[in-house]
Amino acid sequence: MQPPAPSLSADEIRAIIHRHLALEGPLLPILHALQEACGHIPEAARAPICDALNITRAELHGVITFYHDFREAPAGRHVLKICRAEACQAMGGAALAETALARLGLGWHGTTANGAVTVEPVYCLGLCACAPAAMLDERPVGRVDRARIDALLAEAGT
Amino acid sequence: MRIWVPGDSAARALGADEVAEALAAEARARGIEARIVRNGSRGMIWLEPLVEVEIDGVRHGYGPAVPADAAAILSGDAPCALGPVEALGWMRRQTRLTFARVGVIDPLSLAEYEAHGGLSGLRRALAMDGAAVIDEVSASGLRGRGGAGFPTGIKWKTVYDAPGARKYIVCNADEGDSGTFADRMLMEGDPFSLIEGMAIAAHAVGASKGYVYLRSEYPDAIRVMGRAVEIAREAGILGADALGPGRGFDIEIRKGAGAYVCGEETSLLNSLEGKRGIVRAKPPLPALEGFMGRPTVVNNVISLATVPVIMEKGAAHYAGFGLGRSKGTVTLQIAGNVKRGGLFETAFGMTLGEAVNDLGGGSATGRPVKAVQVGGPLGAYMPVSMFDTPLGYEEFDAAGGLIGHAGLVVFDDTADMLGMARFAMEFCAIESCGKCTPCRIGAVRGVETIDRIREGDPSALPLLADLCETMKDGSLCALGGFTPFPVMSAVRHFPDEFATAKEAAE
Ligand SMILES: Cc1cc2nc3c(=O)[nH]c(=O)nc-3n(C[C@H](O)[C@H](O)[C@H](O)COP(=O)(O)O)c2cc1C
Ligand code: SF4
Ligand code: FES
Repeated sequence: MQPPAPSLSADEIRAIIHRHLALEGPLLPILHALQEACGHIPEAARAPICDALNITRAELHGVITFYHDFREAPAGRHVLKICRAEACQAMGGAALAETALARLGLGWHGTTANGAVTVEPVYCLGLCACAPAAMLDERPVGRVDRARIDALLAEAGT
Repeated sequence: MRIWVPGDSAARALGADEVAEALAAEARARGIEARIVRNGSRGMIWLEPLVEVEIDGVRHGYGPAVPADAAAILSGDAPCALGPVEALGWMRRQTRLTFARVGVIDPLSLAEYEAHGGLSGLRRALAMDGAAVIDEVSASGLRGRGGAGFPTGIKWKTVYDAPGARKYIVCNADEGDSGTFADRMLMEGDPFSLIEGMAIAAHAVGASKGYVYLRSEYPDAIRVMGRAVEIAREAGILGADALGPGRGFDIEIRKGAGAYVCGEETSLLNSLEGKRGIVRAKPPLPALEGFMGRPTVVNNVISLATVPVIMEKGAAHYAGFGLGRSKGTVTLQIAGNVKRGGLFETAFGMTLGEAVNDLGGGSATGRPVKAVQVGGPLGAYMPVSMFDTPLGYEEFDAAGGLIGHAGLVVFDDTADMLGMARFAMEFCAIESCGKCTPCRIGAVRGVETIDRIREGDPSALPLLADLCETMKDGSLCALGGFTPFPVMSAVRHFPDEFATAKEAAE
């Protein structure tokens, strides 16, 4: 995965916002596009979004914080999502997640000290017939066991 | 040589990409001209990656395949050979209407889609007027597959009758329930059927714009649907004259942002509009005041993707399958601790036990099955003693459960039912939209109360029952209102696990 650009210029931010203004309900697409471009929703984007959409700072903040996906600070270079939902629990997913977090010395949403990986909980990846499941960036992984988690973490550079 | 290696994300999660690469390399090395198609999954997830090779016009299966099998697969003597795929028991026992093409065709080949019956439903619909299409859908008995089972024809009629120059078709592809993946498999394996279903709906109610609200946890489905929409546009199935001269219809794919509650239709509409995904009070119905306050059909992926086959084969054909008021087929998703997990489409009416034991083969661990959670995180835990319950909306309701999106999550006898009840409350607390107190605060109290039961506090169990009553009665939507189902079903069917230490000692 290409490390996301650390910051966007005011022009780049404006361009991303304007690219979506013709949509009906453009806010989520704008937030996704910003996060795709630089890994989080930069503080510098807030004022221009509010101006372009005619919403208050408080409304925007309310939206950003409502959704689990949006970040106010960048994540690690890789994101490992481990499923916590029922089908994965039925196959030992909870113990597996605990082991992985303990190995890294992290809690959920934590990022390793070297910035390699952020571990996040997810509630179902649609891989429930090959549980337990995880996703490294956008790559799905099924029937995860300790060995596979270790391999994923090694690949992510922990 | 024609070869299929599923590109479905469950198959990829089990190594299908590596198998496809190994097959391509082996074919190259032998100078065999191989055309490898990344199809959808046939639904036999325990056999994935399931490679198919055409031999004398018949597709032979090999699975679960690993890259090292490539040479033997091409020689036809791989130990994981399964024989002709269509002859496997899992395939023969199904009634594949909605999923007829999934796993069969190249998902992004419009030519293959048409060759397998695609677009004939839309053509027939376009030759009829909107009201007649709605009559046909009503006569089929199709009910919403997203969870509530509301008759699709009645919903469409409400939008049809609503005044308004601009109407919308919104597809609910948020599929947040644990144990469900039918929407994902359909979108990854046969995306044009959803597009066709939405176009038929648009023609029926007079809509000009469609949205697919697709959860961000499904990057593969987002990619396939996005590409399918472009292809449909190039072919004129979408666009300015899609439904006839001057009668435009287009579709946009919108990515969710990781909120379970956004699967609830009014929360979804707020999210589409760029707001917090707070649930709206009903009335007004979304059918009358939906997206941007305009008349809107909100339907699940499977509901919409089933409409083409209804229009192609006729309402009577579809309604000929099923049980009582549950007409047609149900796309069962068998998951969790089960030997043979996957997708199985069959007429309503099979019993829960047949699905879990016959089809699923019991638990993956080989231990006795203890319970099955049916219908996602808001569905009840059904003990083995209720395995004779037939899969039908009314039948499950009578048994104190719900079918929901038809996910079956199997647990073996090591399952900690108090822990699962606690998780149901925790999940509700994490995902609550915050609008009503019984859900927002009640779920947090629920977690604490279950912890007190675990610690042996004898006064906690009656409190939990009261709390569940309050959540049921005082919640605006089913997140707060149905979380008591998994919690109280666990209490009811596995009382020993909720007994305090003192009671247990007696
Ligand atoms: C908390 C909650 C989550 C829901 N999640 C989904 C979902 O992910 N997909 C879905 O189709 N319906 C979901 N529903 C049901 C929708 O509100 C709505 O009934 C459905 O989209 C209507 O489509 P249908 O009639 O085709 O089933 C959910 C409901 C609630 C209360
Ligand atoms: S029950 Fe919960 S999720 Fe549903 S509207 Fe109330 S607070 Fe929101
Ligand atoms: S419950 Fe974990 S992938 Fe569905």
